Amino acid sequence: MNTIEKQLAAAPRNQRYLWTIAAIVAVLFVWSLTAVNLNQIEQSGLKIAKNIVYGLTHPDTELLFNVSKQSVLYLLLQTVAIAFLGTIVGAVLAVPLAFLAASNIVPKPVSWVTRLVLIVIRTVPALVYGLMFIRVTGPGAFAGVLTVGLTSIGMLAKLYVDAIEELDTRVLESMTSVGCTTFEKIRFGIVPQLLSVFMSVMIYRFDMNMREASILGMVSAGGIGAPLIFAMRSYKWDQVGSILIGLVVFILIIEYFSNRVRAKLVKG
Amino acid sequence: MYDKLFPPKKIVLPSGTTVLQKRSRTPLILLILVVCTVLSADFTGFSFKLLFTRIHQFFTIVLAMIPPDWSSLSEIWTPLLDTIKMSLLGSIIGAGIALPVAVAASSNIIQSKVITFISKVVLSLLRTLPTLVSALIATFVFGLGTMAGTVAIMLFTISYVGKLLYEQIENVDMGPFEAMESLGMTRLQAFRFAVMPQVLPGYISTSLYCFEGNVRYAAILGFVGAGGIGLILNEGIGWRDYPAVGMIILVLIVTVTLIESISEHFRKKLI
Repeated sequence: MNTIEKQLAAAPRNQRYLWTIAAIVAVLFVWSLTAVNLNQIEQSGLKIAKNIVYGLTHPDTELLFNVSKQSVLYLLLQTVAIAFLGTIVGAVLAVPLAFLAASNIVPKPVSWVTRLVLIVIRTVPALVYGLMFIRVTGPGAFAGVLTVGLTSIGMLAKLYVDAIEELDTRVLESMTSVGCTTFEKIRFGIVPQLLSVFMSVMIYRFDMNMREASILGMVSAGGIGAPLIFAMRSYKWDQVGSILIGLVVFILIIEYFSNRVRAKLVKG
Repeated sequence: MYDKLFPPKKIVLPSGTTVLQKRSRTPLILLILVVCTVLSADFTGFSFKLLFTRIHQFFTIVLAMIPPDWSSLSEIWTPLLDTIKMSLLGSIIGAGIALPVAVAASSNIIQSKVITFISKVVLSLLRTLPTLVSALIATFVFGLGTMAGTVAIMLFTISYVGKLLYEQIENVDMGPFEAMESLGMTRLQAFRFAVMPQVLPGYISTSLYCFEGNVRYAAILGFVGAGGIGLILNEGIGWRDYPAVGMIILVLIVTVTLIESISEHFRKKLI
């Protein structure tokens, strides 16, 4: 046996562990297959699929480019406005929560309770918030803003907390040693460390909120979702096509710019 | 451009040399942010007055959910299991399909630029489409029910896992691959033995992470009739049966947290 074969034989073997995991996944897979019910597929399904493809390739260009209040462009702008304002609201509300959840700032029980609250906020689906806020503000974009804001808090605060817990305390110590006041320490020691991370997280969330805001219309909380669902329910696939094309292009553009800005922020 | 409008400040150092300090861009960025905020507030009809006079309604609803209605628990199990099944099946199949698609999209394995470009475009288009929209389209093709939800989740998983996987494959160390190719292996064999072992932990970990997120997404798919717990959630809110809604949300939180901690355990082990 030469050295290479020896090395090969010495490699750790956890075959049994891997097989067990594989078996468990296989069992889960078979179990979940019961959820699929193929006899529900109607004969018309194929025809509808064909119509959808036709609609997507032959969009209603008039809807896409005119400038009335029903046009795709206007609705997209409204969606962006919802996402933007929602992100701002969420980002502002998330800051105090993040400091309350950071275990190096507040005592353990406080941070633990805040984390639990954040998990609850994060898990409730956005559409549920949407339906709840509609009872508050009535249907419209305002409800959408509040919904997006509240849903953003969960993720924003979680990522803020990571940044806060990684604060470089040596900077603060050296500032104390040269006699800085508390305010100066916060302004020149903490804010510069956190601001770029917070901004980057915010921009990332804005990206996600675009998607979030585009579906909120389905519970009539403003944005492009409502006309989309109306067009689908009435089988106007050319309108669906134009709305979807507008949405996808818009989201891709925003994603491109947000990636560039974030890359710049990370590099400093 | 900005530097021309606001010329950099000149500072004379004690040694006599002058240095230029660029003006801070913070005021400009702040101004843009404020303008955007005001415009959006105007556009969406944001009003603090309405918010403060009516926000108690929101807390009334929240308080109505506590305590949750425990008797409705028996009706929750089937939709909950449906939701988990949907996301599990969609994730497994999607992750499986994502592998060949990701390979087709990585420019260091596939030499044809056309194939990689098309695969990348398809992946980013799929990723941009909100899950709820694809679920809605799927309900028209596959009928109402869990099948549509599974398809929507599968599409999202393909796009998400596919994108992260092709980025990984493109950043892989190509040395072993070239060595195996020079030994006479086909590209496929070389991929299997040189690239796969490098990306496998990342691939599985991404798939698990995606599955976690999918459970959350699957919970809302019922709103458009694609099966699962969203169906009864929507009904509960529609009928203003808030204690039952509270129960559903509680069950959802417990399930999601449980699945997250299991998947996190395995993901930590992988890396």
